[in-house]
Amino acid sequence: MTIHRCWVYGDHINTDVIFPGKYTYTLKTPEEIAAHALEDLDPTFAAQVQPGDVIVAGKNWGCGSSREQAVTALRYAGVPMIIAASFSRIYFRNCINQGVLPIVCPELNVLLQTGDMLEIDTDSGQIAVHGQRFSIPKLSPSVQAILDAGGLVPMLQKRFGKV
Amino acid sequence: MSGYTFAEKALARAAGVSSARAGDILDVRPDLMFSHDNSAAIRRIFLEMGAKKIARPDRIAITFDHAVPAPTTKHAQNHAEIREWVKEQGIAHLFEVGRGICHQVISEEVLILPGETILGADSHSTHFGWLGAFGAGVGRTEMAALWATGELWMRVPDSMRIALTGTLTPGVTAKDVSLRILGNYGVEGGIYASVEFAGDTISTLSLDQRAVLPNMMAEFGAKNAYLPPDKAVFDYLDARRTRDYTPLYPDPDAVYAHDYTIDVSQLEPQIALPNQPDNVVNLSEALGEPIQQAFIGTCTNGRLEDIQAAAEVLRGHKVRCRLVVIPASSEVYLAATRAGYIETLIEAGAAIATPGCGPCMGNHLGVPAPNEATISSANRNFKGRMGTPDAPVYLASPYVVAASAVAGKIADPREVLPLSR
Repeated sequence: MTIHRCWVYGDHINTDVIFPGKYTYTLKTPEEIAAHALEDLDPTFAAQVQPGDVIVAGKNWGCGSSREQAVTALRYAGVPMIIAASFSRIYFRNCINQGVLPIVCPELNVLLQTGDMLEIDTDSGQIAVHGQRFSIPKLSPSVQAILDAGGLVPMLQKRFGKV
Repeated sequence: MSGYTFAEKALARAAGVSSARAGDILDVRPDLMFSHDNSAAIRRIFLEMGAKKIARPDRIAITFDHAVPAPTTKHAQNHAEIREWVKEQGIAHLFEVGRGICHQVISEEVLILPGETILGADSHSTHFGWLGAFGAGVGRTEMAALWATGELWMRVPDSMRIALTGTLTPGVTAKDVSLRILGNYGVEGGIYASVEFAGDTISTLSLDQRAVLPNMMAEFGAKNAYLPPDKAVFDYLDARRTRDYTPLYPDPDAVYAHDYTIDVSQLEPQIALPNQPDNVVNLSEALGEPIQQAFIGTCTNGRLEDIQAAAEVLRGHKVRCRLVVIPASSEVYLAATRAGYIETLIEAGAAIATPGCGPCMGNHLGVPAPNEATISSANRNFKGRMGTPDAPVYLASPYVVAASAVAGKIADPREVLPLSR
């Protein structure tokens, strides 16, 4: 069981506001990428986010570009999981590959406000919010295996004998 | 037992299994894997994985398109790193600065064929449905994995069918159809789905027009999109291809999660208002809105017919706002020059730039100032898309963008044009 502070957003939050396209070929280090997370959505986020904070969003989180920095910017900022009513498909895959847990849960962004706390128990697959419980949908075994490895890079490092 | 969708057939073929159903997870070996200016970042991930040699360099393509010619030293270093890597790894297909946008160039070079599977590190990889291929976008880490192993897991998507019926009226295009689909069903209307087009409209569309539909389905949340290829597609491919192919068609009794029919014969020109591609209204509801810049180009609407449309509208006129025109490829640029379209555009006051993505995602070549409105033939108008969050972007067909450039405000091309089509 872990406790997380929430940043709550709406529907159709797209990758252009999560990580603007103009930075995609010039910013490289985790620090400089994290500094622009959610820049055009919530200018307070990058300065105030704490490791362990989670995103709680509405439908179609991460629609638009395939740019992976829309996930890594949040990962580098310390966000371990993203809860949304639904995810755009490339964003969902990018989460898995970066070892950031994507949780599909329709009701939460309506119940919560930024700054609220929620409890997550990934072992039992439960989220607790304001006394209510929500279940975390199971991923398919092959997809879960990538997350369990910590992402696609660590998984392939094993295959290529790097670790 | 019900028949198979296009997606079920295509992914089964790409995975080398006899059959597959929606929901199955398969290890897919794509016929082509491509990336662009992001290839330097992909290289760094590839090396971090501990991989040494690209598994299938003959099936890799890289195109310089997102920031070309390099606008800054950092962009130039990025390009230089990629060129070195291509040489070192023996990557078969590199398309240099000026050749054009990945989706257009790969289509012109015919590196992918009907029934094949193509994965690209770009969200508009749905594009290749125009020729009946399975095209899907992936992230950078996945492209690094594809370089390293030559395969990737894919979930076979549910499919939806969109039947288009009737013939478009003059001045109305596949872009208007795409925007209407987004307007009807929303930017998540096709989420995770294989969007499989059908209906009698398709064979009435030129190949340039057909490409717009699957391209724009990226904005619909689709995994891939598909148009059934016909003789027009086969004739184009046969003049250019280097290998054989077998096209795939969905079975008549395939099961679709949704089945929509749209009669396009009454459709008016459409426009997406800021800041979302499904914020779509009939053009008549937006007429007169002032704009400071017009942009014609991109993988969505930068082909020869798009530039021809702009030239038809602009012939004999002068623009009343900035107009940037960027052909989608060098082949388009050359054909448009030979046809006299480029001359017409320059005489009307347009600025022409090197084939590539241009200002679409805010890199260069026509980024707006804060509070300047742009009307664009591109695909996306999210807040900040063109470089600054305070610059509203409207999306429309090249006809509408050109007519608006002439008027200096959003305008109906049918009032300017002696419409021949």
